[in-house]
Amino acid sequence: GFEPERDPYQPQQSEPGPASYEYQGVRQGSDHTGLRKSISQPEAPDQDPYQEQDQRGSVGWTHALGRALHQSQTPMQHLYHPRRRHALGQDSHQAQEARQSMYQSDAVGLDPYQTQEPKNPYQAYERAHGPYQPHEPGYGLHQPGHSPYDDQIPDPESRMLAIQNAKAYLLKSSTTSGLNLYDHLANMLTKILDEQPTNAVDIIENISKDVKWAQFQKKMDTLRDEHEILPTFEAAEKRKALFLKANGEGDEELEEEIGETPLPNVMETAFYFEQAGIGLSKDESYHIFLALKKLISVQPIQTCRFWGKILGLEMNYIIAEVQYHEGEEEEETEEEEVIEEGGKRKGEVEDEDEEKEKEDEPPKSTYKPPPVIPKEENGTGANKYVYFVCNEPGKPWVKLPPVTPAQIVCARKIKKFFTGRLDAPVVSFPPFPGNEANYLRAQIARISAGTHISPIGFYQFAEEEGDEEEGEGGRDTYEENPDFQPLSVVEMVDSLSTWVHHVQNILKQGRCVWLNPFQKSEEEEEEEEEKAEEPDELQQEIGPPLLTPLSEDEGIQNIPAWTAQPSTNLIPQYAVAILQSNRWPGAYAFASGKKFDNIYFGWGHKYSPENHSPALPPPVQAEYPSGPEITETRDPTLEEELAFKAAKEEALAAAEEEDDEEDVEDDEEEDDD
Amino acid sequence: QGPAFPFLALEEKRGDWGARGVSSGLLEGASLCPEWCGKAALSPGLQRARACVVLVAGSLNCVEWSLLPPATEEMVAQAEQLKGRFQGDPSFEYEHIEINAADAERLFEDGKEPMIKEEARLLATIEQIDKAVGIIPRGAFVKTPLGSVHENRNFEGLSLTEAKKLSSYFHFTEPFNLKNKTLLEKADLDPSTDFLDSLEHDIPQGSWTVHLEKGDTVVVLRSLLWLGLTFYHVPMTKQYGYVYFGTGEKNFDLPFML
Repeated sequence: GFEPERDPYQPQQSEPGPASYEYQGVRQGSDHTGLRKSISQPEAPDQDPYQEQDQRGSVGWTHALGRALHQSQTPMQHLYHPRRRHALGQDSHQAQEARQSMYQSDAVGLDPYQTQEPKNPYQAYERAHGPYQPHEPGYGLHQPGHSPYDDQIPDPESRMLAIQNAKAYLLKSSTTSGLNLYDHLANMLTKILDEQPTNAVDIIENISKDVKWAQFQKKMDTLRDEHEILPTFEAAEKRKALFLKANGEGDEELEEEIGETPLPNVMETAFYFEQAGIGLSKDESYHIFLALKKLISVQPIQTCRFWGKILGLEMNYIIAEVQYHEGEEEEETEEEEVIEEGGKRKGEVEDEDEEKEKEDEPPKSTYKPPPVIPKEENGTGANKYVYFVCNEPGKPWVKLPPVTPAQIVCARKIKKFFTGRLDAPVVSFPPFPGNEANYLRAQIARISAGTHISPIGFYQFAEEEGDEEEGEGGRDTYEENPDFQPLSVVEMVDSLSTWVHHVQNILKQGRCVWLNPFQKSEEEEEEEEEKAEEPDELQQEIGPPLLTPLSEDEGIQNIPAWTAQPSTNLIPQYAVAILQSNRWPGAYAFASGKKFDNIYFGWGHKYSPENHSPALPPPVQAEYPSGPEITETRDPTLEEELAFKAAKEEALAAAEEEDDEEDVEDDEEEDDD
Repeated sequence: QGPAFPFLALEEKRGDWGARGVSSGLLEGASLCPEWCGKAALSPGLQRARACVVLVAGSLNCVEWSLLPPATEEMVAQAEQLKGRFQGDPSFEYEHIEINAADAERLFEDGKEPMIKEEARLLATIEQIDKAVGIIPRGAFVKTPLGSVHENRNFEGLSLTEAKKLSSYFHFTEPFNLKNKTLLEKADLDPSTDFLDSLEHDIPQGSWTVHLEKGDTVVVLRSLLWLGLTFYHVPMTKQYGYVYFGTGEKNFDLPFML
């Protein structure tokens, strides 16, 4: 009666380990429950893996219980005699305090049964109960002549009772989870024996957890899971390149570079921003640091800065702001061509129109597209810097194309999330001229122009150039002031006039330096002088000049444009002045002594208290000008027709009569019509 | 009075500041600076109860904490009418509430003026955020056959593949889409764990972003409806939580931005 009995108690158990199989063979014929099997197993000396490894180390409570049951000739006395129990605990686990306490605590668990009289309750129970049914916990324990320890134990019945009571207790199901400890222990032991982990005692808590957790896993099918590459491994592979020292660089070169490197100290900046609770995690900052180093080693870069991070729907953008060495910008011709295509397209359309005109001459549109405002030269205005982006540090840097005024103007009218893919189309109204890379570049230009600030006096205008360019609405170059005296943090926080913009404001036109779109080259100017009169009324747009203090910034309704505060009030000696832009949420600046920096973390959108309302499409154009030459003539009425006929007949008669005057009369008749 | 510092509401369903350590590095542009972290740790009962923090330069020092009463429906309804940034002053009173005629009549009958304090607005906003975008991973809470919901002690995190799916995350609020599901759709659901609305069918489609960060070891969900709400979960662990750092304004422009 062994096999059917095991099943109800070990429903989820898979095949028992080899040790238990062998052991079953030895013990065949005797009646065991799952628990008994487990607890007696360690006693088979040559088959027990735990005993072979380390008998002392592998003692769980089952082991202890097993010992208690088997080692002594009179286990009942050990179990039920309080004094002897202590003695046993000390004997078998000499000075092993932890184990002793384990044993004791487990023994305490059995205490309720000790209070009962050894023999009588069992007999009473048996009498009241009658024969055990196969599904009952005690089944099999009491069949006469089948007791396993008949040869050893003089009092099998009370021993049986003890075990049975213990088991009954263990089988009590929890009121909250519905599980019982017996099944749980059985599952645990099965798992341990199946998997045979080393030092199972050390991880017994986790095994217990795992067994419980497994109940929440759906057993969906028997298909095996695909071998999964660990995500951490994949990520590590991606970043591996960052941590490799470039082979091409010799040590000599490195030494030269150390003197003056364009590489910014990202970690130092991150530290200052962290004082205000702004920034990325240390890991990510460091990866960006390494990625920037990589970028510098590849590109001929003069200055480099970590601009910030723009969040996207699928991936994020990490943005680096760089300036090339002078003379290196010639390489960029390829990309310029790409942008000129936009202009070419318009030309093509016109050509097609002309061809069609020859065929059937449809009414010509009087719409004149506004002149395309040329983009600013690389290295000036909105294109002063070149921007590189990547989705994650370690992925290749991609250079963003220069921004055109049209893109900036359109970017102001739309509000779209970035997807994280540079080639994604920007579906919007008004239609955006370009893809996401262009939109990103336009937003970067807008954010830079709005939020890049520095302490007053850090930059100054170059003295030589100043006078020449003043006429053109502000100078666009500045240099570091060698005599810069840093202001105290309190001053930097108290007044916004201690901060200045060091990036040129972008005009409505989409350029930093205003350009008259109707201004033609000199030859054309002479030809079109007459036509150009109207557009000349256009006002020249003038923005605030470079290095304007922030106190001049307009607020957003009643919200000031900037919020300033020190990073800490508790330790003012080491506080850092932090400025936060309210117009571009996510843009921050810090200043501490001579150090300052700007950074942006956000979605790349401007704050507006009003909800975004996309521009409406313009009214439908009139198809053609209506004039007398295309309006339909009125049908003549009957009277008119009759009058006309009469007149004609008269005329005929008259013609016959007077041939000489024919011509004159004909004309008159026609006029009457 | 200047709107000094952006309103900041902190909320932690579970976990302590140690768990916050996992997330703080992931929250771009806004996390707690060391000083506030230290101050916030002083707050009694933060680990258990929800905590609302208003950090305003100067006025509220983040050391003395006050318990906010629960938000009432009326407060939420009123606060929904309000627009614009928080002022950073709990006693600030908003005067210009745009209310339609019917509401106005009702309100005036009650003898109340349509005035709302910033404190009430803050409460209502927290309530709104909680209801709209408070989320938990699937399996973190279980429903017993008797109908009570309690934390799943045996929750050991989502697997990585599950963690990338929006269907593995639930709104931690009364479900209202669940009832509308057909029997066929319900067939696959486990009544003990799938008793809440999942994020899968949130309107508009795509109002959440799912990112893997820190070398694909942390899943970060960001709400686009309430910009600033970030949820994190470390797959195969119990660590999860969400936090809101933002201006307290709902992103009404979302449909245009996707």
